[in-house]
Amino acid sequence: MNEHTAKPIIEMSGVSKWFGDFQVLKDVDLQVFSGERVVVCGPSGSGKSTLIRCINRLEEHQEGRIVVDGIELDQDTQHINKVRSEVGMVFQQFNLFPHLTVLENCTLGPMKVRGLSKKDAETLAMEYLQRVRIPEQAAKYPGSLSGGQQQRVAIARSLCMQPRIMLFDEPTSALDPEMIKEVLDVMIDLAESGMTMICVTHEMGFARTVAHQMVFMDEGRIIERSPPAQFFSEPEHERTQLFLSQILSH
Amino acid sequence: MSELRKPPSRSIKWWNSRWFDVSQLVLFFGALIWLTLNGAAQMGYNWQWYRLPKYFWRVIDGELIWGPLMDGLFVTLEIGLYGIIITLLIGLTTAMLRMSQSWIGNLVAQVYLEVIRNTPLLVQMYVFYFVFAPILEIPRFWVGVLCISFFEGTFASEIIRAGILSVQRGQWEASTSIGLSRWNTYRYIVLPQAVPLMLPPLTGVLINLIKHSAIVSVIAVFDLTTQGLDIIADTFMSFEVWLTVAAMYLGITIVLSLLVSILEWRVRGRH
Repeated sequence: MNEHTAKPIIEMSGVSKWFGDFQVLKDVDLQVFSGERVVVCGPSGSGKSTLIRCINRLEEHQEGRIVVDGIELDQDTQHINKVRSEVGMVFQQFNLFPHLTVLENCTLGPMKVRGLSKKDAETLAMEYLQRVRIPEQAAKYPGSLSGGQQQRVAIARSLCMQPRIMLFDEPTSALDPEMIKEVLDVMIDLAESGMTMICVTHEMGFARTVAHQMVFMDEGRIIERSPPAQFFSEPEHERTQLFLSQILSH
Repeated sequence: MSELRKPPSRSIKWWNSRWFDVSQLVLFFGALIWLTLNGAAQMGYNWQWYRLPKYFWRVIDGELIWGPLMDGLFVTLEIGLYGIIITLLIGLTTAMLRMSQSWIGNLVAQVYLEVIRNTPLLVQMYVFYFVFAPILEIPRFWVGVLCISFFEGTFASEIIRAGILSVQRGQWEASTSIGLSRWNTYRYIVLPQAVPLMLPPLTGVLINLIKHSAIVSVIAVFDLTTQGLDIIADTFMSFEVWLTVAAMYLGITIVLSLLVSILEWRVRGRH
C-alpha cells in the first residue's frame, strides 16, 4: 500500500454521532485507501457498527466530515445516492428480500438503479452467484437456504452493484459454526481480488489473514490502529490487551 | 432408515364424533326455523313469497326489465366499488401521512382519525348531506360514497400502517444500501411483503363498507335497503323483503370474501 501518494477512498475526520443523549461516536478519524482491508473490532456497544453504517448513510453523523471517493456525505440526496451505489453492505441478519428469488434479489438493484436490462442483469447476477459458489440456488427463495448460503447470496447481491467498497457488519455472527467458514472463504476470495473492505468481525483468524489494518474501538473512540502482526502480538493499549485476551482465550 | 411408524390411533368418544357435531347444528337451526314459522303463524302473518319475483325482474314483450331489488343491488354494488377504491386511497394517504416526518402531515391525519372515529356514522352522514353537500354541490350518491369511504378509511389506514411497519427495518436498510430510492423500496420491497399481511383485515373493512352502505338510505340514495323499504311500504311484506335483502347483502359479501381469498392465495402462493 502506497499511503504517501494515494488519496484515501474513505476519509472520516472528527466524526461524532449521538443516539438521543448517548454519544456513540466520539471524534472519530479514519482513512481507508483503495484496495485496503480494514478489520474493526471492539466490545459490543463500542460503536463499530455505527461507524460503518455512517459510511453509506444508514446512520447520519452529526459532526465532522465523511468523504467517500471524493464525494462528501452531506445533506445532498444525490451525493448520498452516489455513495450508496458505490458502497456495498452485508448485514449480520443477511436481510435478503424474502419475497424474491435468489436471482431476483441480485438483479433488482442493477435493473432499477443501474438501468440494466433484465437479461444483462441476470448474466451479471449469475456471474457473482458463481463467484460465491451457489449458482444452483438461483431459482430458490431465500427462506429455503441455510444461513451460510443466505449470507453468500447477500454478498453476491451487493457485488452485483459493482461497488468499489464493501462493508461487512458482523457477517458471520448470526451463523451456525459450521457455516462460518463458507462465508469467510468467499470473503477471503473477495479480498484477494483487491476489493476495498471494512469488516466489523470477531473472527480473529480471518482478520490475521486478510487485514492490512486492525482498528480497535471502545466507547465510541478508535483507541488503537495498527497492522495485524503488531496488533495481535504487542497491542499498545491495556483495553486492547484485555479484549484480545478475552476473545482469543476460548 | 428405520421403518415408518404411524401415529397411534385414538378411540373417539361419541360426543366428539363429527355426526354428533353436525346433528347439534341441524337441531339448533331446525328449532329456530320452527319457532319463527310457528311464531309468524300465531301472529297471523300471511307469507306471500310468490309476490316477490317480480321485484327482481319482469319480462315484458320479451324484454327483460330489472325490478327495484336488482336496481338497488346495482346501486349498492356501485357504492361498494367506488367506496373500496376511495377507502383504500384515503387509508394509504393517511397511513403515509402518519409515518411521514412532517409535523403538519401527522396532525392532519391524527385530527381526521379522531374526528371520524369519535362521531357516529349516522351523524357524519347528516353533516355531509346537510352541511358539506349544499356548499360544495356534491350529488347525494357521492355524498354517500364519500362519507362511508372517510369512515372506513380510518380503519384501513391503521391496517395499512401496521402492515408497512411490520416489514423489518433490515429490509429497508438492505434496499437503501443497494441504492434503491424510497419509492422503489416501497414498490418492490415493502409493499409486496406488507400487502399479504394487510389483506385479511382489509377484507373485513371492505365487507363493513358494503354493510354500512345501507345507511345511505337515510339520504334517499336508492340502494338495496331503500328499495326494500319502498317495497315494504307498498306491499307490507316485511318478513319476505327483509329476509331477501339480508340474503342479497350476504351474497355480495361472500363473493367479496372469496375474491380476496383468491387474491391472497395468488399473492402468497409465489413463495
